[in-house]
Order: sequence, then C-alpha cells, then structure tokens
Amino acid sequence: MLTRRTFLEGLAASAAVPALGAGPAHASEPIPVGAIYDLSGPLQGFGQNQWRCAELAIEQINESGGLLGRPLDVKLYDSQSDTQFYNQFANQLALRDRVAVVQGGLTSSSREVIRPILRRLETLYVYNTNYEGGVCDRNFFATGATPGIYVDLLLRAAGERWGKRVYVLAADYNYGQISAQWIRQAALALGGEVVGEEFFPLDVNQFGATISRIQAEEPDVVLNIFVGPAHEAFYGQWASAGMNQRIPMMSTTFGGTSEIVRMPPEVVNGIMVIGSYYESLDYPFNQAWLAEFRRRHGTDYGYLTDVPIKDWYGWMLWAEGVRQAGTTERDAVIAALETGISVDGPGGPLTIDARTHHCFMNTHLAEARDGEFRILERHQNVPPTNSADQCDLQVRPDTDTMYTPDI
Amino acid sequence: MDLALVVGLHLLHAVASLALISVGLAVIFGMLRVINFAHGEFLMVGGYAFVLSAGAGVNLWLAMLVIAPAVVGMLGYLVERLVIRQLRGDVIATILATWGLSLFLVGLAATVLGYRQQGVAPPFGTIQIGSYTLGVYTFFVIGITVLVLLALFAWLRWSRTGLLVRGTMQDAELAAGLGADAGRIRSGTFVLGSALSGLAGAVLAPLAGVLPEIGATYVVKAFITVISGGATALTGTALAAALFGLTSQAAAFLSRPVVGEVVLLVVAIVLLRMLPTGITGRYFRKAL
Repeated sequence: MLTRRTFLEGLAASAAVPALGAGPAHASEPIPVGAIYDLSGPLQGFGQNQWRCAELAIEQINESGGLLGRPLDVKLYDSQSDTQFYNQFANQLALRDRVAVVQGGLTSSSREVIRPILRRLETLYVYNTNYEGGVCDRNFFATGATPGIYVDLLLRAAGERWGKRVYVLAADYNYGQISAQWIRQAALALGGEVVGEEFFPLDVNQFGATISRIQAEEPDVVLNIFVGPAHEAFYGQWASAGMNQRIPMMSTTFGGTSEIVRMPPEVVNGIMVIGSYYESLDYPFNQAWLAEFRRRHGTDYGYLTDVPIKDWYGWMLWAEGVRQAGTTERDAVIAALETGISVDGPGGPLTIDARTHHCFMNTHLAEARDGEFRILERHQNVPPTNSADQCDLQVRPDTDTMYTPDI
Repeated sequence: MDLALVVGLHLLHAVASLALISVGLAVIFGMLRVINFAHGEFLMVGGYAFVLSAGAGVNLWLAMLVIAPAVVGMLGYLVERLVIRQLRGDVIATILATWGLSLFLVGLAATVLGYRQQGVAPPFGTIQIGSYTLGVYTFFVIGITVLVLLALFAWLRWSRTGLLVRGTMQDAELAAGLGADAGRIRSGTFVLGSALSGLAGAVLAPLAGVLPEIGATYVVKAFITVISGGATALTGTALAAALFGLTSQAAAFLSRPVVGEVVLLVVAIVLLRMLPTGITGRYFRKAL
C-alpha cells in the first residue's frame, strides 16, 4: 500500500540516487546548479541585481576553469515575484534538473516555501538575503545579515547620537514582525524603549496618519523596516511634512533597490543605515570588483548594497565548499562548509559559522548623503548571534526549526 | 483640537489621492466601458514623464501639468487606435490585451529606465498646526483634485463637446444618426482619460515615488472606486473615493493600517451587495 510516508520516502530516495551518482561523474560534464530570482513583478528591483551578482560569480567560477574541472550549468528560473512559482521551481530544480545546489529567493515567505521542499529532497539551499534570522536547518546556509548582527549596533549608534526612545515602522509580514521583536528585545537590553510600533501591509502607501502620530509621540529616532514599492511613498510624505529635518531616521532596508540614486538628496539625506556592503567602501577588493561588475553589466543597474551582493558571496562560498570537499555531493559539501570556510569579497571577508550555518561579516554604519552612502563606523567580523544561542547544528544536526526572540 | 484638524486634513488628502488615481479610469471605464488593466501603468508613465522632464531641467509645473498629461494622452491615442478600437465589443480580448499592455509597459520601463532615475522632492514647505507640521503639497493635491473634478463636470455639463460625449455614451447609434462621429468621440474621450491618468501620476510622484512596478499599487483601488461609483462615472467616483478614503483612513488611524485596508474592502463588498449597480445606480442618478 502506498501511504504518504512510503511515497515521501520513495521520493526522497529517488532524489538521492542521482546525487550519489554525481560524485564520480565525467571530468568535463557540466555541474547543474539552480537559481530562483524575482526577475519580474513587484520585487524585480531586488531580483534583477541579485541575479547580476550571482551571474558574475558563476561566470568568474567558469572562467577560472569551473569546479573540479567541470563548468557550472545554471538553471535559472524567474519566480515573477510569486511564491507559488517558488514552490514549483524548487521541485523542478531538485527532481527534474537534479541540481547540486539551489540559491536565491528574496522574501521570507518565498524562503519558507522552498526551504522545506529542498530539505525533504536533500538539495542544498543557500539563501542570500538579509532576513529576520533564526532558521536552524543543516540543509540551509544564510549569507545575509540578521537582526542579531545589526540591531544592537544600530540601536547603540542611535543612543549615542540621538537617544533611546525608538518608534518602529515595519512591513506587515514575518520579516517585519520578527525584526520588530528583535528591536524590542535589544532596546530593552540597552535601557531604551520602543515607544511606538506600526506594521504596514505591502500595498499601503498613505502614511499621513502615522506621521501625525509620530509627531505627537516625538520619539528620539524612527527606525523603519519598509519593503517594496508602495512603502517608498513614506519618504516623500515624511519629507513633505518637514519631518526629515526634525526627527532622525534609521532603516535596515533602505538602499536595497537603489533608493539612494532614485530619491532626491533633499528627501533622503541623513537616513542612517547598516549593512555589510556599500559601493563607497574603500576596500581594494571592492574597487576591483565594482570595476569588473560594471564592465560586464554596464552602469545602468542602479546602486548595490548588501542584499544583491550577497548572492555573489553565496555562490563563491558554495564553490569553495565543493573545492575543499572534492565533490558536489551534498553531505560532503556541508561538512566542508562547516569547517568555517571564508571567502574575501567586495564587503570584506564572509566566514561561515558551523553552529548556525549563518556568517560572520563586516558590518558598516552609513549615512545617506547626496546620492552616496557615507561610511560612519566599521565593525569587523560581527558574529551571527541568534536568539539566546538556541541553534547549534554541531550538537543537534537534526534541528529543523526557526527560532524567534522570547519577548 | 490640533490633532483633529491635522487628522481631518490627512483624511481629505487620502480621499483626494483616491479620487485622483481613479478619475482617468472613471472616464475610460466608467464612461467608455473599456476595461483598461494598464491604468496603473498609465499613471506610472505620467510619473516618469514628469520626473524625466523635470530632471532634464524643464520647469516643474510645466512638466507636471502639461508634459505628463500630454505624453500619456498621446500614449492613450496610440493604444486606442492600435488596440482598443480593434477589439471593440470583445470584453475578454480587451482585458487580455490591456493586461498584456500593462506587463509590456512595466517591462519597458524596467529595461529602458531601470532603477536609477532620480525622483523629484515634494515642492513647497510645511505649515505648522499647533505642534504638528503638514506639507503644503498635501493641500496642493487636494486642490488640484477638486479643480480637475469641477472642470470635468463643467465640461461635460455645459460644453457642446461634453454633450456630444454624453450623448454618444448613452446611445451611440442615435448620436451617430444625428451626425455625431462616434469613433472620433470615443477616441477623444479615451485620450482625455489617459491624460487625466498622466496628470494624476505626475501629481502623486513627489509623494509616492516612481518605479516601473508602481502601477500595481494603484490599479486595484482605482477599479474598486470606479465600479462602486456606479453608472454616472464622475459623481460616482467622487462619492466612492470619499466613502472609501474616509472609512479606510479613519480605521487605519484609530486602529492599525492593516485594518484600514480590510475596512476598504469590506465597505466595498457590503456596498456592492446592497447596491449592485454602485452608488449612483440608486442615488444621484441624474448626476454626471
């Protein structure tokens, strides 16, 4: 009798067989790898640059002779900013294309659609976006910054400059909600206070009432976690009411879709951001990397920050794992990555933390100033702290959960 | 007291914004009965025409009030000639064609303009109401919406072309029999609706920003507003915008933004359940 369990086991086994066979493949046969990005639809502002960065990494790997003497053959799918397609394409990549790794995804909802699928089908998944943190899954690596990396630094910086009464504006889905929990926790720990908290569905673009409430509350600083085109309307309305001259603004998301070159300086100057990458970083690696990126993609891409750039890192980290493992077989690559592989890149070194499968990264505090981000502070190799240190994949490799702050 | 005044002005602004994004559709869908799924993209093109010409050094007001409507009006002329006219009477084909046009315009804007075109900051300063500040541009949006609605009303009510347009919408054959050129009138009305959409896109651009995919933010609310307005497109759209803007923003202010969004949809559903032909299907039937 075919029960659900035997069916799933059969499915998993059938996916595992070719993966095992992939090890001793012919020397010149391409390695199939999978990518899913939001190349069209409302999230294309993120997805197109994510793919540009990923494509650069894949081309660089292939131009230097490929991996294990084999070129990468990338199967690219456009999710059209629709989580339903993530479901379909993740299954296709694992079952039909039989890829060695899947990278991509932007929103937390898209990640949580494909992560369980790829875990079940034993296909490695690397997620390269800043997110709310807490995923603890051996089949999953995250190169993006999580609140554990930046919230503390951001609130300290705010406390030193302006004060500890914070008003939080966030996108109304798991990313914004959980990030806001982190902020509440960190603010309490630093002796501060979240004096207001509002969540906005992704298609809200009227912020008049909120701006009045902020004026009534008079916080020391406003921290926003806005996502998507509708929320961009906030900045114009904030500036129109003269608030950008009155109350300082911080953001963990500003810059992800080239806002810095698209929005007038008189609207966005002074917004404080935190991230692992800005084009203005003076690392020698960054200058060479940017020149190469522009040589291949021209200069019409907008402005890069750490959301798209991590897709370059993600592919480079995985490639390094394959080189050290000497195979593309999943368990060997995971074991190699867990030795704490590090790659240097345009934003400084990125190093895997074996316990959480997240990364140590340089983190920079910056300020929007006349179409560029001016770097204010640099913090080297910030560890990917997770809430109360719950996740440890070295001790409990079978964990498959997502931790959230206890508050 | 100050708060009540400020919140009242925000509510007015929300109503005006909703009416402004819907007025072009009120003409195209409400009067011509053409389902234009590319309506949001017409607003987007208007926004880009504004920021591109303002960025090129054109006077801000010329760019906003003349160039943007003219560009989208021309786009509307082409669309009417090449697409709408060919598919006249075939609702499904029109929906599919305008939806395709919407995708095409988003893709075109993303490819040609990408994510690097700088926007325009809201002009004017702020005014102080007690301890609150409010952008003067908020009043400008309210004022221009009122002007547009009044001008449109006056034109339809009292001008000879307005009469011809109304006559053709009511009974095209009879109007044609009396010598009106229905094809030209339809074409002209479509161009007018497009130009109004271009104007709306430009007026809202300093507050909302311009992005290739911004149209999606507008299109659903515009359709809900025009459909709920009912048979007499102009009055209906203005009333529906007032109803939805007030209820949803008041709910958002008293509760949370997500509740505001829910209230807008609930009010629309209840309204259409009770008045299936829209507000002006029952009330104000003699209006325009």
